[in-house]
Amino acid sequence: MSAAILHGHAAETARRRLRFGPLWLAAPGLAFLAVFFLYPVLRLLGLSVQDLDAGTWTTEHYTRIADTGVYFRVLLGTFRIAGLTALFSLLLGYPLAYWLAQLPERRRGTMVLAVMVPFWTSYLVKTFAWMIILGRTGVISRLLSAGGLPAPEMLHNEFGVMVGMVHAMLPLAVLTMLPVMTGIDRRLVQAAETLGAAPGHAFWLVYFQLSLPGVAAAGLLTFISSLGFFIVPALLGGPQQTMLAQLIITQIQEMLNWAFAGALATFMLAAALVTCWVYDRVFGLSTLSGEGSRRGSGGGRLRRLGLRLLAGMAAATALAARLAAPVLGPRGRERLPGLYSALVMVFLVAPALVVVPIAFTSSPFLDFPPPGYGLKWFAVYFQSDLWLGATLRSFGVAFATAVLATLVAGLAALALARSTSRWRGTIFALFLAPMIVPRIVIAVGLFYLFAQIGLVATDLGLVIGHTVLALPFAFVAIAAVVKGHDWRLDQAAATLGANRLQTLLRVTVPLIRGGLVAAFLFAFITSFDELTVAIFVSGGVKTTLPKQMWDDMILQLNPTLAAVSVVVFLIVMALLVIAERLRRSGR
Amino acid sequence: MSPLPGTAPPACKLQIDGLTKSYGSVVALQPTRLEVPAGEFLTLLGPSGSGKTTLLQMICGLVEPSGGRILIDGRDETRTPVHKRDIGLVFQHYALFPHLTVSENIGFPLRMRGVAAADLDRRVRDALDMVHLGHLGDRFPKELSGGQQQRVALARCFVYQPSVILMDEPLGALDKKLRERMQYEIKRLHRETGATIIYVTHDQEEALAMSDRICLMNHARIEQIGTPHDIYARPKTAFAADFIGVSNIFRGSIQRDDGGAPILVTGGGRFRLSAAALADGAGQGEASLIVRPEQLDLDGDGDNEVSGRVVDTVYAGSETRVLVALGDQSTVTVRLRRGMAPPPLGDEVAVRWRSEAGVLVS
Repeated sequence: MSAAILHGHAAETARRRLRFGPLWLAAPGLAFLAVFFLYPVLRLLGLSVQDLDAGTWTTEHYTRIADTGVYFRVLLGTFRIAGLTALFSLLLGYPLAYWLAQLPERRRGTMVLAVMVPFWTSYLVKTFAWMIILGRTGVISRLLSAGGLPAPEMLHNEFGVMVGMVHAMLPLAVLTMLPVMTGIDRRLVQAAETLGAAPGHAFWLVYFQLSLPGVAAAGLLTFISSLGFFIVPALLGGPQQTMLAQLIITQIQEMLNWAFAGALATFMLAAALVTCWVYDRVFGLSTLSGEGSRRGSGGGRLRRLGLRLLAGMAAATALAARLAAPVLGPRGRERLPGLYSALVMVFLVAPALVVVPIAFTSSPFLDFPPPGYGLKWFAVYFQSDLWLGATLRSFGVAFATAVLATLVAGLAALALARSTSRWRGTIFALFLAPMIVPRIVIAVGLFYLFAQIGLVATDLGLVIGHTVLALPFAFVAIAAVVKGHDWRLDQAAATLGANRLQTLLRVTVPLIRGGLVAAFLFAFITSFDELTVAIFVSGGVKTTLPKQMWDDMILQLNPTLAAVSVVVFLIVMALLVIAERLRRSGR
Repeated sequence: MSPLPGTAPPACKLQIDGLTKSYGSVVALQPTRLEVPAGEFLTLLGPSGSGKTTLLQMICGLVEPSGGRILIDGRDETRTPVHKRDIGLVFQHYALFPHLTVSENIGFPLRMRGVAAADLDRRVRDALDMVHLGHLGDRFPKELSGGQQQRVALARCFVYQPSVILMDEPLGALDKKLRERMQYEIKRLHRETGATIIYVTHDQEEALAMSDRICLMNHARIEQIGTPHDIYARPKTAFAADFIGVSNIFRGSIQRDDGGAPILVTGGGRFRLSAAALADGAGQGEASLIVRPEQLDLDGDGDNEVSGRVVDTVYAGSETRVLVALGDQSTVTVRLRRGMAPPPLGDEVAVRWRSEAGVLVS
C-alpha cells in the first residue's frame, strides 16, 4: 500500500514538474527564433505581395516572374541543378556509406575522416580549389595538354557547377546515410541468406529497404541545401547556370528591390517546404534527428509495388553479378567496393590538397605546380590589416555565436527530452526550421529587419544572424546525446539530496558533455565559414574572413587566397582535433 | 522420431568430419566429428566459449571452417554459399525483417525459391496456423510480443522444410514460464514435421527436457555425447557431472581394502566402489566419485557414510535440499525424502548412499 502511495506521489510531482518545469527551458530559444527567424522571414514574404507606396496588396511581382522568361528559366534551372546534385550525391555516396558502415568500428573511425575533413572544409576553400583545378590553365588542362590532348572547357559551364556542387554536398549525403546504415542489424542480411536469398536479393530486399530512411534524409538535406546555394554557381558556372540565390542577391544589392526579392524567396521557400512535406508524409520528419519513429509502413498497394520493384532490382543485380563474375574473378569482386570507395575519397580530399602548394608559390600567378616556393603570400596575409582584422572578427563572432547557440539549444534540448506536451513536435520542428528554410531567405529577411533597427554592419547583427543558422545543428547534436541520457541518474542524485540546479550541473551536464562540445563546435564552424548573412550584414571595414575571401574571388584570384585557405583549413582542423580530445577525455 | 514403419532406418542426415576453426592462434573449435541421423533432435550444450555457436555457424555457412568437411545427405556442402545450403537457422534474437509483415517474413524463403503465388499463400497460412498465429499475418514484427515473434521465427524456418534446422539459443530472451511453453511447442513441431534439429543452448534443464541426444561441449571440443539419461546417470568427466544437474563430487585415490575390495580414499573418508563403477571409469590412481543429491539419504540405508552438520535447507517447491558441511570443509547436497521434516540447522547427521549409485570418473 505504501508503494501505491509512493507511486501516486511520484506521478503527481512528475506531472507538476512537466507543467511548469521543462518546457520553460525552451522559452529563450523560442523567443529568439520568433524575433530573428519567424518574423523576418514572414515579413519578407509579406513584402512580396505588398505595394509599399500605395499600402495595398499586389501580385505584380509574381506576374513579372511568370512573364519574364529569364526569371522563369533561372527558377527551373535552380530546381534542375539542385535535383541533379542530390541525385549524384546519393548515387556516388551510397556505396561509400555502405562500405564505411561494414568496416570494423575502429577502422571506420579512421576512414570517416576522409568524409569529415571535406565536410568541415569551407565551401569557399573547396570552390577556390576547383577553380585552380578546372581553370583554363588549371591542373587538368595542363595534364591533358602535356599528353597532347585538347583540353575541354571545364569552368563556367554546367560541368563545373555540377562537379563543385556534388563535391560540396557529397560529405553531407554520406554522413546522413552512415548512422542509419550502421544501425542496421547485419544479422538480418545473414538471416535472409540462410533463408535462401542470394547476396543481391538479400541486399535489395532487406538492407536497401532498411537504409531507405537514411537515403531519403540525405536526399532531402542535399536538395534543400543546394536550392539556396550561390557560391559554386557564381564562381564555377556561367550565366546559363545562374541560380535563384544569385538573383536574390542582385535584386537586393544592386536594385534594392525588396518586393521582387521577396517573391523570388517565396518560390525557394515553397520548394523547400513542399519537399519537406513530402518527406514527412513518407518517413516522418523526426527521423532527421535520429528519433527513428518511422510511420507504419502502411499504404498497402504502394508498398507492394515498391517491394516488386526491388525484387526486379534484385534479379537485375543477380544477372549483372553473373555476367561480371568471370571478368572480375572472386578477388576482384571482394576488392571492387574498397577500390570504388578509395576513388570517391580521393575525389573528396584531393582538391583541398591542391591549394597547399599554391599557397607556398613564389609566383604571383596560380600556376600548378608552382615555379618556386616561398612564404611570400603568407607574409602578405599577416601584414594586411584588412585580412587580419577580418580573421579576428570572424573568430570573435564565431566564439560568441557558439556560446549563445550552445546555451539556447542546450536548454531547449533538455526541455524537449523531458516534456510530453502536445506542443513538443511543433517546438521541435521550429528549432530545426532554420536548417530547412534556405539561408538566403533568412539572410535577406534579417537584412531588412537589421536595416530598421540599426544592426547592419555590427558584430551583434552578425552574431544574431549566425546563431539563427547554427541553432539547428547545435540542437540536433545535444538532442542526440540527451536522448540516450539515463534520467534515473538524475532521480538518483535527487534522492541523494541534490537540488535541481546541483543535479543539472553535477550530473546531467557532465554526462551530456560530448553533445555540448559537439554543439559548440558545430556552431563555431557554422559561423566561421558563414557567407550568406555576412554578405548583407557585414559591410565596409567590418568584414568577416569568408566575406573578404568572397570579394577577392569575385574580383581577382590571387595566391593570397591560397595562403588564407590554408590558414582557415588549419584552424578548422585544429578545432576538430581539440573537440575530439575533449570529447574522449569526457568519457 | 522413431522412423515410420516401412521406411529405411534413419540415414545419416548431417555428417561433420574433422571440422575445425581457429582465429589466429585462438582455437574456436578443435577438429570435431559428429553424425546426426535424420529426424534427430540434437542439442549442443556448453558454457559460453565452448565452441557450440562456432560449430553451428559453420554448419549453416556463416563462418568458414579452417579445415574439415560438412556433409548433408552425403553431399559435401563445406564450400556451398549460405543461400544455397538448404538449412534453416532460427536466430537468437529472431532476426525478423522489421519492414515486412509477419506473412511476408514467413513467405520470404518461399519467394526466394520461386514458389508460385497461390501455393505460397497456402503454405504461409499453414505455417501460421501451425504456430497458432493465423490471425496476425498482417502485423509487423514490432507489434508482436516476444513469444509471438519467436513463433514467427519458427514458422519462417519450418515453412520451407529445410534439410536441417539449426536453432541458436532461440528461447534465451524469454522469461521462464514462456520458455517452458515454447519448449513444448518446439518439441511438438519436431514431432509433427520429423525435421532434423540441432539446438544450441547453455541451459542444461532445457537440454535434458528437449533432446534425443545431448552433445556436451567444453573448451572448443566435444566432452560427451549421449542421451539425456546417459549423460545425467553416467557422466564421463567431472565437468559433465558438474555441468548437468547438481552433483556431489569426492576426489581421492583408488585403493584396495583389506578384503581386496576397491575403495576410494578421500580426505573425508573411505568409500566403497561398485564393480560397475570401476568397469566404466578409471581403474587406478586419482579419480572422482559422483553421487547425485537424490541418491544420498539422511539417516537412511547405504553402505557408504559421511557425517556432518546441517548448514542450510533450501525449499524449492517440489523438493527440499539439505546442505551438509563435512569435516574437511566441503559440503554435500542431499535431496530430502518425501514426507521427511527438514532437520534443524546445526544438527549432526549421517549421510548414506549405496555404492552402486556412485559413478567414478577420472
